[in-house]
Amino acid sequence: MTTRILAPFALAVLGLGAAPAAAQQSDLTLAIQLEPPHLDPTSAAAGAIDSVLYANVFEGLTRFAADGSIEPALAESWEISEDGTTYTFTLRDGVTFHDGSAFDAEDVVFTLDRARGEDSVNAQKALFEGIESVTATDPTTVEITLAEPDGAFLFNLAWGDAVMVAPESIEDIKTAPVGTGPFAFERWVQGDRVDLVRNDAYWGESPALETASFRFISDPTAAFAAMMAGDIDVFSNFPAPENLPQFESDPRFQVLMGSSEGETILAMNNARAPLDDALVRQAIAHAIDRQAIIDGAMYGAGTPIGTHFAPHHPDYVDLTELSAHDPEKARRLLAEAGEEEGMSLTLKLPPPPYARRGGEILAAQLREVGIETEIVNLEWAQWLEEVFRAGEFDLTIVSHTEPMDIGIYARPDYYFAYDSLAFQELMAELSATTEPEARSSLLKDAQRMIAEDYVNGFLFQLAWPTVADAGIEGLWRNQPTQANPLADVRWRE
Amino acid sequence: MLSYALRRLVSLALSLAVASLVVFLVVEVAPGDPARYMLGTGAQEDTVAALRAELGLDRPRVERYLAWVGGLLTGDLGTSYTYRTPVAQMVADRLWVSLPLALFALALSTLLAFPAGLYAAARRGRAGDVAVMGATQLGIAVPNFWFAMLLVLLFAINLGWFGAGGFPGWSDPLAAIKALTLPAVALALPQAAILARVLRSALIDVLGEDFIRTARAKGLTRFQALWRHGVRNALIPVLTIVGLQFSFLLAGAIIIEQVFFLPGLGRLIFQAISARDLIVVESVVMLLVFAVILVTFLTDLAYAWVDPRLRRRR
Repeated sequence: MTTRILAPFALAVLGLGAAPAAAQQSDLTLAIQLEPPHLDPTSAAAGAIDSVLYANVFEGLTRFAADGSIEPALAESWEISEDGTTYTFTLRDGVTFHDGSAFDAEDVVFTLDRARGEDSVNAQKALFEGIESVTATDPTTVEITLAEPDGAFLFNLAWGDAVMVAPESIEDIKTAPVGTGPFAFERWVQGDRVDLVRNDAYWGESPALETASFRFISDPTAAFAAMMAGDIDVFSNFPAPENLPQFESDPRFQVLMGSSEGETILAMNNARAPLDDALVRQAIAHAIDRQAIIDGAMYGAGTPIGTHFAPHHPDYVDLTELSAHDPEKARRLLAEAGEEEGMSLTLKLPPPPYARRGGEILAAQLREVGIETEIVNLEWAQWLEEVFRAGEFDLTIVSHTEPMDIGIYARPDYYFAYDSLAFQELMAELSATTEPEARSSLLKDAQRMIAEDYVNGFLFQLAWPTVADAGIEGLWRNQPTQANPLADVRWRE
Repeated sequence: MLSYALRRLVSLALSLAVASLVVFLVVEVAPGDPARYMLGTGAQEDTVAALRAELGLDRPRVERYLAWVGGLLTGDLGTSYTYRTPVAQMVADRLWVSLPLALFALALSTLLAFPAGLYAAARRGRAGDVAVMGATQLGIAVPNFWFAMLLVLLFAINLGWFGAGGFPGWSDPLAAIKALTLPAVALALPQAAILARVLRSALIDVLGEDFIRTARAKGLTRFQALWRHGVRNALIPVLTIVGLQFSFLLAGAIIIEQVFFLPGLGRLIFQAISARDLIVVESVVMLLVFAVILVTFLTDLAYAWVDPRLRRRR
């Protein structure tokens, strides 16, 4: 009797009972943390929308490749005029939207005019600001004129906010998106999942997967259980870093430790005393022990950064030494700034673990050098209102997840209020430069300038861990933009 | 009975009116702008303004309150700011998960609690009573989400009998019930423990009454007297608890819905609050207030049905 009752438990403890892999599978269940609020990538900032739709359902004229480089997508090729202000795109022939309507130059005009229009609600409207006119010269040719040369224009067109949409289907895009990509939208069970199905009329190579289902699981424990129980095949940005070693040592799984575009910074209010004093900011920078924060808050996942730039980018300069951990020096700098009495600052923290857990550790490090912090936990909506819009804060921790966003330092009205004419001129020069080598050297100068001004405390690049079934290949490791392109994903034979 | 029901109805309507005002004010006063939340950190001021106009957020508060209440009266719950679908439809979708889950959990907890409570009351002070009370003490002390994780660990990960969460929809009723089983058990156990304790103490109170002594003197056994005369008299406090529990199970399963990633009402509210989807929060909270008030009303009627004295007294 006892044996019979205990048998299933014994089996369970031994971890048996997992079924062997069946024949070639063509469906995939992929989990991400947050559910998209709606399915229109061109009218919201939510990364979850791109996580589901980018390069799967929607495509732009150009797109990000897995290594972050820009490659042609719906535009087959392009020519740039001598003066750098006119781009002539040749579109791919025979491309259709999922509803059967043809994709042509008029759709490009519609998409870009909608994004830059007066009443546009595009979350990245600034990407399109330089456009002066968009003209369809024939069904497969589009001419875009810019007010002035913009070295980042092809890059800007690859963003999820710049994907091509059609006037015929724009009405229902938020609940029934229609794009040109390798997968078509099938259904959205709100709160539970979004289902995609292979687009057999795709212009490119037909994907191996027939169907893909995106699930939304934000609770770390639930995420762990769902992977272990085999409910989920791939978890992109797994929310429980503490469980990663367990998956790594389990032959049923693979862990892809990638990098995101998220520069995680201790932002300082440069407009407010005492943080308007560069010496004080430098002191804070030297008080920070990056590795302790990465180990303590992120269980070791993350790459230290010394400036606002992604370390996997070829133009990255390692400037971490400029703000090396040195509490002695921090105290000396504070004394030099006339702040030997110590000070008290507010530290406002949004919900993600990097901020909440990182904030506690950071507060202890600042206390070491005589800076007291008052920690205030905020929800995202509050953070946007109080910190981001109103600038009511001394310190905050946040990850800036947009790709190549060093340009925010050229905006004196941006929330950390860095106002440097030299930097603004540098950025203007960068955007007027199209020659790759000159751009690269300007980007390096920009990184040095903000690091030497100690604008913010530069902490680490947010890691992007993906946990997947060991039998899957073709997944993105890094996140040059937030996306899970499935066209090349397949089950190993 | 009829005039009693009418009086209760008037107080129900008044409660709803007050609740609508409180809900609207509390939600509107909380800091955070839905348009800014949607557009994030890269947006320009004119874009935020354009979205605010598109959502109707630029209208004065009084106007929005009146439009909202007017809509509620005609059954129109508004359209979600973020999802851009009618709130009524979203709630209906979620109720297909939350309502069956609440009923499932309530049935389980009642099924567990009644025998346990009866048994403990009948064996008062003896070993059986002590064992049942100890178990219920444990049931109350154990947080349901932790218990839920243990269930997942054993039945989903190790044994593989159930999925770890999610909800496949009702197109396959068996799969749907299977998906709701672990969450229902996790929700039911603490509720059953509370219910069993309430039932036991209510029964013990009743057992001291004169009419039980009379029944025993007529020659009924202790258990017969308890079953025929005791239970009905002990039902009032038990009904109160069941009514409260149902409201709790319908709206308060947020954490359990997170643990099992179920697309229920609780998770909808949770998401809507963080996205500052004001209209969803307002309408769903109002619906829940309505449900709770309705359940209380029905519980009141049930008291009157169980105990005829109450119909006259009020």
